Amino acid sequence: MGDQITKDPASFISHLELDQPDKTFLDSNELIINMGPQHPATHGVLRVILKLDGEKVLGTECVIGYLHRGVEKIAEHRTYTMFNPYVDRMDYVAAVSNGLGYCEAVEKLLNVQAPPRANYIRVILTELNRLASHQLWLGTHALDIGAMTPLFYTFRDREEILKIFEKYCGARLTTHAFRIGGCLYETYDGFEQDVKKFIDGLPSKIDEYEELLTTNRIWVERTKGVGKISASDCVALGVTGPVLRASGVKWDLRKAQPYAAYSEFDFDIPIGQSGDTYDRYLVRMEEMRQSLRIIRQAVERIPEGPIMAKVPKVMKPPVGEIYHSIEAPKGELGYFIVSDGSTQPYRIRVRPPSFVNLQALDLMVRGQLVADVIAVIGTLDIVLGEVDR
Amino acid sequence: MPEETKSPTPPGGQPHAAAPAKPAGPATIPWDSPTVARLKSQYGSGVQESVTYLGQNYFVLDASVTAEALRILRDEEQFDYCVDITATHNPTREKQFELIWILYSFARNERIRVKTDIADGDSFPSSVSIWPAANWLEREVFDMFGIKFDGHPDMKRILLPEGWKGHPLRKDYGIIQQDQEWVQINLGIESGQ
Amino acid sequence: MLDYITSYLSSNTTPGQAGNVFWALVYIMIVFGGVSVAVMAMNWLERKALAHFQIRLGPMRVGPHGLLQPIADAIKLLTKEDIVPSEADKFVFWLAPLIILCASFTVYIVVPFGPTHAITDLNIGILFMLGVSSLSVLGVVMAGWASNSHYPLIGALRSSAQMISYEVAMGLAVVSAILMTSLNSTGTGTLSMIGIVQAQQSQQMWFLFKFFPLGFIAFGIFAIAMVAETNRAPFDLPEAESELTAGFHTEYSGLRWSLFMLGEYAAMIAVSSIAVTLWVGGWMRPFPNWLTGETWDLVFSLTPGFLFLGLALIAFIGVARMPKHPYFRVQTIGLAGFGAVLGLIGLVLFAPPVRDRIQDIFWFCAKVAVFMYLYIWYRATFPRYRFDQLMRVGWKALLPVAIGVLILTAILGVVF
Repeated sequence: MGDQITKDPASFISHLELDQPDKTFLDSNELIINMGPQHPATHGVLRVILKLDGEKVLGTECVIGYLHRGVEKIAEHRTYTMFNPYVDRMDYVAAVSNGLGYCEAVEKLLNVQAPPRANYIRVILTELNRLASHQLWLGTHALDIGAMTPLFYTFRDREEILKIFEKYCGARLTTHAFRIGGCLYETYDGFEQDVKKFIDGLPSKIDEYEELLTTNRIWVERTKGVGKISASDCVALGVTGPVLRASGVKWDLRKAQPYAAYSEFDFDIPIGQSGDTYDRYLVRMEEMRQSLRIIRQAVERIPEGPIMAKVPKVMKPPVGEIYHSIEAPKGELGYFIVSDGSTQPYRIRVRPPSFVNLQALDLMVRGQLVADVIAVIGTLDIVLGEVDR
Repeated sequence: MPEETKSPTPPGGQPHAAAPAKPAGPATIPWDSPTVARLKSQYGSGVQESVTYLGQNYFVLDASVTAEALRILRDEEQFDYCVDITATHNPTREKQFELIWILYSFARNERIRVKTDIADGDSFPSSVSIWPAANWLEREVFDMFGIKFDGHPDMKRILLPEGWKGHPLRKDYGIIQQDQEWVQINLGIESGQ
Repeated sequence: MLDYITSYLSSNTTPGQAGNVFWALVYIMIVFGGVSVAVMAMNWLERKALAHFQIRLGPMRVGPHGLLQPIADAIKLLTKEDIVPSEADKFVFWLAPLIILCASFTVYIVVPFGPTHAITDLNIGILFMLGVSSLSVLGVVMAGWASNSHYPLIGALRSSAQMISYEVAMGLAVVSAILMTSLNSTGTGTLSMIGIVQAQQSQQMWFLFKFFPLGFIAFGIFAIAMVAETNRAPFDLPEAESELTAGFHTEYSGLRWSLFMLGEYAAMIAVSSIAVTLWVGGWMRPFPNWLTGETWDLVFSLTPGFLFLGLALIAFIGVARMPKHPYFRVQTIGLAGFGAVLGLIGLVLFAPPVRDRIQDIFWFCAKVAVFMYLYIWYRATFPRYRFDQLMRVGWKALLPVAIGVLILTAILGVVF
């Protein structure tokens, strides 16, 4: 790390002459195609303008903001506790992680520590959510590439996780599972059994997905060598998460700067070598297995005790600011909170992993074919709710 | 009961003076490290503060030295990963905007913040040549606060539509305010909201 | 009247060869009707099988277990608004599906369901089939062109490029099989479909196993090429939704689109028939030479009856498992009726005169049905090939192998 960036950074940005009239495609070599906000494969309202030479992509430009809801502005007009549910709606696929990051950030600001039992519950739910997010990713990514069946298998298994969430906090998707200072709800009777049953059954299911895809020749041809990004480019572009790990950088915030009881668990960080789509696929599959490891250890060793720290009812953090980030399934999710001593935050900035990862799209699809653009968008695992906030 | 009609006195009507004194909160501790030392030797008074709060280190630099300092931080101090670039708006201060860079070094597993204050209407040199990650991050700062970055290849709005007027995260922008003209023209909503 | 029928049925040529117009027309109606019913059944099977692969149930409501779903789909498509793009070339737009349909259906006149059970037997049968089915490429290009929109045109060009590329490999694989027909005592081969199966019969081996593994490889090449030829998964990039271009039939709706669908499924059945005829022994029952004798003949001739009785049994099990709720009464009765019809057919198929005649047709249809199931299985399992990879497979992988197989078959044919 720390080696010079070899490319001129300005070349990462494509300059599309969009004011040039669109010539009919039979005349010119270059064609500008719009993958509009509504498209079956862009996972949300993402607009990608492609400049093509025949089938080859010369440049792309992403137009985002269709899902911008002004979450950061809203935060300035809500109290810390009131803002908690808003946070789930950003990366709505991995809502529990969002909540974890926010609650931990505010706890740091308030200088309170969540009790150990709360930390264990948080870890279990967050890792279950990581599994759910990766399963959704796998299903939709495979569907974009043409394999229809893994979608149904992963959604069937994801149902089990969502059932556990529903039993725990009443919601499947936007869970609002944690509170500032710990967890509000105690684990329900049978929580450990449910989780154990689930994690005992999952490895064979992950093997099923792998059987369908990993050695499938067509899958390998569609994903190997597609969307390559080198480690230095990843670091320069600020890309984190499985994308960074697949390029060979062994970095995971759960190990580098542990939070919420992760330091007590034993797990590995999978890395890839070539930074292409196939490696990202393998990294995420292995991450699923490692999550199972963490959950197993957590469920076995979950301590007794209180689940909520002593937090004042009216939260007025002292004047100051804090940045806290966690390893969300998509990458580094950070919260930068500025407090002015009142009950409402002065500024909350959410550092969304999908937003920063999406910048890398242009670099990753240069010179590839149109069909690969969809594969690469799928492999970046973006959620528009997080990109746009 | 008569007590309920009173507004914000604490329950029981006891004034705060009788409550025990609150324990002192976390304090800001001055921060010294080889990085700080290098920057201080280079810029002297340009480094206005270097502080640790709640275990997180940050400097506040003068606007004139920040661009170079960021480059030094990347090149010599190995802060090769630009985590975030953001800003806050404080209309009560003389220099209203505070730009914040959050940087991380893989080699050292260290995260720092670099802050600088600029006045309303000022622009700032872009960090895109230092970290390409800054591209969209600076566009968002421009979109939300109106701070332009010189030398940015593509300085235009990113989240809001292109013709939008106003910069929402400024404190003088209302919570339900919208660019009514844009809404009327583009969305066809007569009330503009 | 009955004598006329029975006397005809014991004839020993196809009506086309005998010049018997009346019977040829009867056969044509039976075959075309059968293909249409088969297409409807294939539609149902595809939805059900695909759903079961994806751990869901598929259509369950329209008839018992969705059996009437194809009819519902047909009614829906027929009653849809007929949209023709305003700038489209109207004549070409109208003509394109017709060309595809005619090309796909015309090939059935040489498909051999038995030694005399075909509409006719041209002595260039296989050439006729390959040639006429290639005409559907014309229909595809016409459809893309007439839509006057560049996405369908790109899709049509891709589709036609794909079809043409894989025809080369298909053709070479077919030539290998034809070469094998000449490996008999007189050294003369034949292009006639019936002749090819009879060659397999006289050489006492399915061409699949001839000069093992050459026959197998040739069969494999044909099997892959035929999937690409009919634009089915994993070679369905020109038709896929999540790719940028949406295929040549984007602008078609309602009846016109259903004609494309019909043409596609009919083409699938047609190329499967070619594969069955050339390699898998056509209408011959399994193991005609290993398991010989009266008893084995009897066992195999009882199989169709047992199959239908088995299906009837499954239908009755389904009836027993239906929820006992008044809303389901109609479906339960429907399913029971369907089961009864199947059982009746099974019983009819036990009768000796029927048994003997139906043998060939049954085994042919059973083999084609296996291929149809494979088509659906491929669609459920494989991701899609990217277009350049698809072309690479066709030209750089299949074609050299096909040429190699052809040369080796020729050499071995001379040697042995």
